[in-house]
Amino acid sequence: MRFAHEPGHLLVVDDNKVNRILLSRGLEQDGHKVEVAENGRLGLEKLRAGSFDLVLLDIEMPEMNGYQVLETCLQEPELRDIPIIMTSSLDEIDSVVKCVELGAEDYLNKPVNPILLRARVNASLEKKRLRDEQRKLFRTFATKEVADELLKSGFSLGGKYVNASVMFADIRSYTTYTEKEDPTEIIELLNDYFALMFDAITSYHGTVNQMAGDGLMAIFGAPIHRDDHCEQAVRAALEMMELLEGFNQERAAMNKTQIKIGIGIASGRVIAGYTGTQHRATYTCVGDTVNLAARLEAQTKVIGEPILIESATRTALGDAFKIKPHGPIQLKGKTVEVEVFSVLVGQKV
Amino acid sequence: MSVIDKATFDELKQMSGADFINELIDAFLDDGPHMISEMQAALATKDVESFRRNAHSLKSNANTFGALGLATLAKELEFMGKENNLDIGNRLEVLNEAFGKVAEELKGMRA
Repeated sequence: MRFAHEPGHLLVVDDNKVNRILLSRGLEQDGHKVEVAENGRLGLEKLRAGSFDLVLLDIEMPEMNGYQVLETCLQEPELRDIPIIMTSSLDEIDSVVKCVELGAEDYLNKPVNPILLRARVNASLEKKRLRDEQRKLFRTFATKEVADELLKSGFSLGGKYVNASVMFADIRSYTTYTEKEDPTEIIELLNDYFALMFDAITSYHGTVNQMAGDGLMAIFGAPIHRDDHCEQAVRAALEMMELLEGFNQERAAMNKTQIKIGIGIASGRVIAGYTGTQHRATYTCVGDTVNLAARLEAQTKVIGEPILIESATRTALGDAFKIKPHGPIQLKGKTVEVEVFSVLVGQKV
Repeated sequence: MSVIDKATFDELKQMSGADFINELIDAFLDDGPHMISEMQAALATKDVESFRRNAHSLKSNANTFGALGLATLAKELEFMGKENNLDIGNRLEVLNEAFGKVAEELKGMRA
């Protein structure tokens, strides 16, 4: 059987049996999966236990009325995105207005007109679907930290100074590699590789904000500030190396080329913010610290150690890691020499 | 004389489908007496809130089936409940009698 719309999972909350039948049967005939609850308290229990796309909520109910259920739902992060349609009799119009002002999606008069019911329900489901999709896209192209920050405080271009750690990571001899492998293999490799690196970075509260070819840039300590951003960045780097080792073992078993990466981390003041236009923007950071991290990443080739940091990051780490100093080094594009250190892999303290 | 507005009932039947008009009627015939006895109990315990809410439910159902006279009686009691006035005279007996007639007629209207 085909329906003109996607079926949804709906909850009808009404203390009146006739109304429950009237509302649920029509919607079931439309292909929706409908559950019912006899009062507000039971309705809320069902909402918390299951995943619903839409609620039809009566106002007058014993134990917990519709108004209280609505208020509770709007306060709970897990529930506040579920659209709620209030169902009420005509003489409750004052309460309906109050509910819509509070955040109810829509309302329906009882006795419910089935055609109107169908139209409102499908329109609300469609709107929710769009919102969910938007949110999903948003999460795909931004990290969870950035998405949450945006959802919380809105979007505006413009930056501010923050103290953060910046990481650059790159695949060694990527160019040689791309010359001999076929394109499908390369994209597959990159996707697997990025998935692992993202996992490592996000589990240490980092935000990957740029990918270019085989390289990536990540920020620790912004947009959400944390004092231990240096340590988090280094731990992420070690985790990346560990994951890469497993990745290479798998590839060796399949007789595929193994890869090496270089990671550079620098910490200090950066200008962080959204750059771009109102239509397309990314969260990024710029400044000397960023350039330094990129230079350190390039230097891994020269020094032959996979993770390089500078003195600001080094100082913040204390004795928690095995560190090897490489002395002051003249990095490309820098006027003064920089103290460079490598973090030794496989020797977490 | 009919106590059910034929146009409202036919519309309900047509829109809900013959299949479940019986289910709807049965639900009302089951729940109606319960609502009225809840109102009686609420009157005895001076539970204005329960009195009002049950009158409200009865009104809502009466409207659904086109039992307009019953709906008017229930609405009046709902309003009195809202005003904290439980000095309702014999209105509950009148309501009970009206429900009896509606129930009788609805039984005959099952598909």
